[in-house]
Amino acid sequence: MPRLLCLLLALACGLLAAPVRAAPADAGEALTLIASGRFPDIEKGVDLLARSGDARTQAIIEALRDGRLAVAADKRVVIEGANGGWSDAATGEALAEAPPSPKAVRLNNRIRRAVEAALGALTLMAPDAAARRQAAEAVFRSRDATALATLDEAIAREEVAGIRRLMGEARAAILLGDAGASDLQKIEAVDILATRADQDALALLRAAAAQGSPTVREAAEGAITAVERRLAVLSMLQNVWYGLSLGSVLLLAAIGLAITFGVMGIINMAHGEMVMIGAYTTFVIQELARTHAPGLFDWTLPVAIPMAFLVAALVGAAIERGIIRHLYGRPLETLLATWGVSLILQQAVRSLFGPSNREVGAPSYMAGAFDLGGLTITYGRLWIVVFSLAVFAALIVALKATSFGLKIRAVTQNRRMAASMGIRTPWVDTMAFALGSGIAGVAGVALSQIDNVSPNLGQSYIVDSFMVVVFGGVGNLWGTLVSALTLGIANKFLEPFAGAVLGKILLLVFLILFIQKRPRGLFALKGRAVEA
Amino acid sequence: MRNRFQKILATLATAATIALPAAGASAQDVIKVGILHSLSGTMAISETTLKDVMLMLIEEQNKKGGLLGKKLEAVVVDPASNWPLFAEKARELITKDKVAATFGCWTSVSRKSVLPVFEELNGILFYPVQYEGEESSRNIFYTGAAPNQQAIPAVDYLMENEGVERWVLEGTDYVYPRTTNKILEAYLKAKGVKDEDISVNYTPFGHSDWQTRVADIKKFGSGGKKTAVVSTINGDANVPFYKELANQGIKATDIPVVAFSVGEEELAGIDTKPLVGHLAAWNYFQSVDTAENNDFIAKWKAFTKNDKRVTNDPMEAHVIGFNMWVKAVEKAGSTDPDAVIDALIGVSVPNLSGGYSTMMPNHHITKPVLIGEIQEDGQFSVVSQTPGLVVGDEWSDYLDGSKDLIADWRAPLSCGNFNAKTGKCGGQGPVAQ
Repeated sequence: MPRLLCLLLALACGLLAAPVRAAPADAGEALTLIASGRFPDIEKGVDLLARSGDARTQAIIEALRDGRLAVAADKRVVIEGANGGWSDAATGEALAEAPPSPKAVRLNNRIRRAVEAALGALTLMAPDAAARRQAAEAVFRSRDATALATLDEAIAREEVAGIRRLMGEARAAILLGDAGASDLQKIEAVDILATRADQDALALLRAAAAQGSPTVREAAEGAITAVERRLAVLSMLQNVWYGLSLGSVLLLAAIGLAITFGVMGIINMAHGEMVMIGAYTTFVIQELARTHAPGLFDWTLPVAIPMAFLVAALVGAAIERGIIRHLYGRPLETLLATWGVSLILQQAVRSLFGPSNREVGAPSYMAGAFDLGGLTITYGRLWIVVFSLAVFAALIVALKATSFGLKIRAVTQNRRMAASMGIRTPWVDTMAFALGSGIAGVAGVALSQIDNVSPNLGQSYIVDSFMVVVFGGVGNLWGTLVSALTLGIANKFLEPFAGAVLGKILLLVFLILFIQKRPRGLFALKGRAVEA
Repeated sequence: MRNRFQKILATLATAATIALPAAGASAQDVIKVGILHSLSGTMAISETTLKDVMLMLIEEQNKKGGLLGKKLEAVVVDPASNWPLFAEKARELITKDKVAATFGCWTSVSRKSVLPVFEELNGILFYPVQYEGEESSRNIFYTGAAPNQQAIPAVDYLMENEGVERWVLEGTDYVYPRTTNKILEAYLKAKGVKDEDISVNYTPFGHSDWQTRVADIKKFGSGGKKTAVVSTINGDANVPFYKELANQGIKATDIPVVAFSVGEEELAGIDTKPLVGHLAAWNYFQSVDTAENNDFIAKWKAFTKNDKRVTNDPMEAHVIGFNMWVKAVEKAGSTDPDAVIDALIGVSVPNLSGGYSTMMPNHHITKPVLIGEIQEDGQFSVVSQTPGLVVGDEWSDYLDGSKDLIADWRAPLSCGNFNAKTGKCGGQGPVAQ
């Protein structure tokens, strides 16, 4: 009996809804509302236009979204073509001359949402697959019951499985919130959403569990526990990924210091500024590309890597030749001198480039994110993880397999012996310091993608870098790798419970205790080098 | 690069000559104006611009014939983002350079550091930045927004226009976000928002790894109710925050972020295309279309010889503050601090958004509140403006310790924290609550 009632109700609803849908809303009236310049009226106008069924609807709404819809001084609504030229919004006819002082119709978030919903319903059957996917997502978000008929038709015609699934999910989302849908339909919708199993689905299921009929509620509650279990596992994986990503940033920042401080034993407070110089090099190269060869913008990062290495290495060599070599064996003076150098470099960059942040753009392959089994992975972070591991591998090879690396190791292990064998130790010192600085510069290229490019960029990484090197064990590159990743992951597991501030404090406390126990870090060097 | 370097040298040279006591002119012929903004260190990013705008205003006033028949002379000092140095430099400005008024400070901690100096030596400070309130000093004039001139109208806008029911209060861990969020929390609860619908979180200064927080915000926002983020994140941490929002695909139509510390200058370092629709609340935007503002922007671009320089809210606050000071000095007929402090109350000058701002007896000014949405070009489009002017409320009505307090620096009350309930003044100057 209740089922019959439901059916009757649904029929009644359908009958009520049908005339509204069919009513030939006036496109002209909608345009007058849009031309009013008042946000609530523009929103009403968009709704009206979407329901008008007018052939010009899609063109007008797309122009509105792109900021090409304008109101001329004579109150006419006009569209600016994507490649210039004007046309009348209502008729689509091209205008011979530009309309008098057109003012673009302004949007706010509510209108943007209305536009998205309207376009979603309109482009469900677009020839372009990407547009259909976007449309399905827009309908999922708007849950506009009037789109149901179009959606059914689109599902029947859709050939791409992924998009058909998305459309099915959108349909389920609409049905679940639709008072007119039957229990059977709703339970089916619950099942579909349970397979989607993300935060959005969970929100919809929770809403259904709160107000549906007993059978629907039961189904929804079952689905909620399943989705929640899955999301809990996902959040663990997500933490590991975030930790790896943070760890790789730490690794990049610290790896140059692992050479200058770890291998050579110089307390280099200007290390962060080398990172900053690398980031500014990227900025300069991007500026050059922007003004001279906009088409090559995607190539700026690969070009910036060797350039940043060179620039930072040259600055590093100059610092070593000019200041540090006079201070070998006097760590306190080195600390103060390099601290001074770091202030000088910061202020020099500030005077040269100005104190405000500089924009370093992301090339197309680093923007956006993709979905891996429910895990959102951003391309930028993925590249940085790959890049940091590549830099690490290159450095290991340089130190272990080249004659230059051999000389560095010889000099740091026993300077006098190395000198007796004919190695020019001062030259090796300079080159090693330049190598460490150069790698810091390369790190700057990567960090410019996720952080501010400002004169203060380096400061925020200097403490973390020392932390990583000391924890990993001074003089041990593998230690630096392990310690960076460990600290990254530990940080990310602490953050959800303790918050970012307390998490960092806890980590530092742990580090202090650890250093008490093992003063030489995770992987201490053994042998005579330690005593030197 | 060469051109740029020459320009820097030239600005340095002019700054130096302005800073030097004008040779030949005797001390009677000039009125000195102190500029106390960091030109180096972490805060240089924001404060350098304010120094430039002051130099421009002083130059213009001199072109108009100076003040009381005397030339104005800027004394620029660099407190280098170092809070104790602010107090030292302030003392130097008042005792050694004998400035008639000082324009300066950005962070609240720098203001708190110079406050005792200005009170002890009876100086005048114009403070141009939006702040957390809970203070009123006889010697400080607050030309930036108090929380009721920025935070509360922004929350009202989101409630009324976006139907927001869940709130993430995200801030950097220091006094301004903590106090502002305390006020907002009390305000939201007074409006019937439940505890579980408010999430407050703080991150350290310069926080750059926002992955976890943004994912958490996304999670909090998918609870079925419309969610918004109220951000009091401080300058440098904003760029990585917005980059992460864009990367994780949170759009303004899903979860809007309204920020109180992000203006045109801060957006200069970000690609704003994915951020279109996120909001900021200020009392001024560069995009405000009034004759006064267009005139100011043109002058600013000419003065800096850079077509791309943007203007922002604290700059407007200095314009208002400077003009108020000029008017008060003219009214008082001297630069004597006591006379000017008394003359300043009630002074009205045009602001750049087409109205008049008035100095109130609590040393805060009246301002319109504007809500702007970020546009693709890094500018803001104003989507809401309070119909009238809002009076700065120094002691918040939503905090227990301060709702009974008022400040009124007119005789005979002359008190910064008069308790209306007990009828007593809590003492001269600010008292910790």
